[in-house]
Amino acid sequence: MDRIYFDNAATTTLDPKVLETMMPYLTQHFGNPSSIYSYGRESRLAIENARKSVAKILNAHPSEIFFTSGGTESSNTAIITAVRDLGCKNIISSKIEHHATLHTVEHLHQQGEASLNYVKLLEDGHIDMHDLETLLASASEKTLVTLMHANNEIGNILDIDTVGELCKKYDAIFHSDTVQTVGHFPFDLRNTHVHFITGAGHKFHGPKGVGILYINENITIKPFVHGGSQERNMRAGTENLYGIVGFSKALQLATEHYESDSIYIQSLKLYMSEQLKLKFDSISFNGDVFGKSLYTVLSVNFPKTEKSEMILFNLDINKICASGGSACTSGADAGSHVIRAINNNPNQVTVRFSFCKNNTKAEIDTVINKLAEMT
Amino acid sequence: MLKLPIYLDNNATTPMDPRVLETMLPYFTQHFGNAASRNHPFGWQAEEAVDYAREQVAKLIGADPKEIIFTSGATEGDNLGIKGVFEMYASKGNHIITATTEHKAVLDTCKHIEKLGGEVTYLEVKANGLIDLQELEAAIKPTTILISIMYANNEIGVVQPVQEITAIARKHGILFFTDATQAVGKIPVDVNKDGIDLMTFTGHKMYGPKGIGALYVRRKNPRVKVTAQMDGGGHERGMRSGTLNVPGIVGFGKACELCRLEMEADTTRISVLRDKLETELMKLEEAYINGTTEARLPHVTNISFKHVEGEGLLMGFNKNIALSSGSACTSASLEPSYVLKALGLGDDLAHSSLRFGLSRFTTEEEVDYTIKAISETVLKLRDMSPLWEMYKEGIDLNSIEWAHH
Repeated sequence: MDRIYFDNAATTTLDPKVLETMMPYLTQHFGNPSSIYSYGRESRLAIENARKSVAKILNAHPSEIFFTSGGTESSNTAIITAVRDLGCKNIISSKIEHHATLHTVEHLHQQGEASLNYVKLLEDGHIDMHDLETLLASASEKTLVTLMHANNEIGNILDIDTVGELCKKYDAIFHSDTVQTVGHFPFDLRNTHVHFITGAGHKFHGPKGVGILYINENITIKPFVHGGSQERNMRAGTENLYGIVGFSKALQLATEHYESDSIYIQSLKLYMSEQLKLKFDSISFNGDVFGKSLYTVLSVNFPKTEKSEMILFNLDINKICASGGSACTSGADAGSHVIRAINNNPNQVTVRFSFCKNNTKAEIDTVINKLAEMT
Repeated sequence: MLKLPIYLDNNATTPMDPRVLETMLPYFTQHFGNAASRNHPFGWQAEEAVDYAREQVAKLIGADPKEIIFTSGATEGDNLGIKGVFEMYASKGNHIITATTEHKAVLDTCKHIEKLGGEVTYLEVKANGLIDLQELEAAIKPTTILISIMYANNEIGVVQPVQEITAIARKHGILFFTDATQAVGKIPVDVNKDGIDLMTFTGHKMYGPKGIGALYVRRKNPRVKVTAQMDGGGHERGMRSGTLNVPGIVGFGKACELCRLEMEADTTRISVLRDKLETELMKLEEAYINGTTEARLPHVTNISFKHVEGEGLLMGFNKNIALSSGSACTSASLEPSYVLKALGLGDDLAHSSLRFGLSRFTTEEEVDYTIKAISETVLKLRDMSPLWEMYKEGIDLNSIEWAHH
């Protein structure tokens, strides 16, 4: 039996078509994009074409797109510069953010650079918009709101437009960690009130080591990484040429096939949830799983038994790849901070299944059968 | 058969060695896991590959694998090393010593630190490009926490006396950071023999991929710590968060291994070619080598051709030979190189320089072609140059008063 990979929220396989597009830039077109001769100009052109393509897909201006080393760098840049360069002295975030956000806001708070408030969460894991407005209304200083678009563990999707409007009303800076949605969701940044969004190539069948930061043209920040005039003086460092070319191609493919892929993947998620409900009496799902939720993620709680405590281990023995939570924290014994924040039930074991276009219903059937033996 | 254009700008970036690419390819598609995924083999395979690469990287510089922090490249490494020490050792002091000929990644980071309340001394260099060790020692204050001197210069290739510098740093209990982007993989660098505490380097300058680099952080004698500049999942022992660029890391590891195994043979072959290129070009009148030739990278030479305008010179052959007049990171500007100015060159010589960086793939045929093309271009431009004519007539050009217009 081949391995079944249901951990696509952690990372995805590179699309062979993306690799094909990258190959010339891994071989003959290797020039440093800052060099002025033909090798360099070819590289520069490839990067600027990638930027234009990404901007067009997100309905942004090319000058608003900055290439970075990935989602973590993008979120760090947005949050830190919002505090240091845009004068935000108050941060509103949530307890279910990715650690790239949480640890950064905690650090700024500890350093005394900004006060920090966590918005209340509703039972289904969505943020409480009334509480958000209360926090915004009571803030006496310029505020940064940093709330992720789709949660990487439970899939909940934030109403980014409503949050954007609230931020507009209270003149707050809005950063949204969109790492799980860029490449999985249509964006219209021209008509969205958001100052920063982030993306990582490897979450949508693009390469690792490359990401984007969208910075709305109405704000100006100082560079976060110093040392060269790359990325219009915003992000120093020789560009990851093949990575940028791959990011753009992956986003283009994801966008072209968005409609059919999202419908297909949603059907996998629904099928798996139905099968789970049929076969298991006492399972539950985390988050607004059948409502405002990303079609790629399904977070399942199994009742805790001696057997089910070993579920991830046993899934692995059966060549099924899933995770307990975010990969970035999966080494820690502390468990998932996201699950703890929304559902503090010690008598259950949580497994995150996350799907991609390459998965099949047959794979789900296999997984369901194996799960029956494990719980 | 000679293939044009010839690439002689290997200090800007190098082509990837096909053996490196071959090693990377499986990690794009089959072994694509997130190295932080602990519950399944895709994650483990990625982690194993990263661990193996970490050993390959460490071995090249005589370090322990635990002392290697992967970054997105040398610029990020420079930022993390310098800012990280500045923040971590704030209670000890706020003074940093560096040199005026450092790469922009170091200089701009130091400028940023000055804005944060740090104090930075920028040492001048001697005419040969090396720092003066007495000046260095004299610049040390009770508040000095870091000396940051690059291992080898990116424009002129001169190699700083690192062991002497680190002896001074150790004597005063000050940490030593080095941007070794141009040196690692090209000449033997050993963090223990050299007494280095922190060091940054990158894949794409040594036939590896772009977008990946490393920061060496000493763990013993002394144990050095840096404050993370990016927070998140706590990757790289908490010093650098972010999903690991597994194919990039694998390629970087392979590139380091190849450099370790082939450095000696490469150096022997490349330095012969570099010397031929240099000797032949120096046969032109009024040609000057910039920086010392006593302590220099074996594949680099930087030559000024007096009374020939550098950009004009480049235009004469840049369809066929990829070369630059200085750092790629500043090559879009027409300002003369700040490195050459720091050596004391006047605008005339600083403007007429060419930087040659040979590589593992450079052939003798390419060098011969380059010698011929450059010699012809220099002669042709000088033929058309009134300055050259005056010079030949024995007029002292410095005595002329130029009319402003």
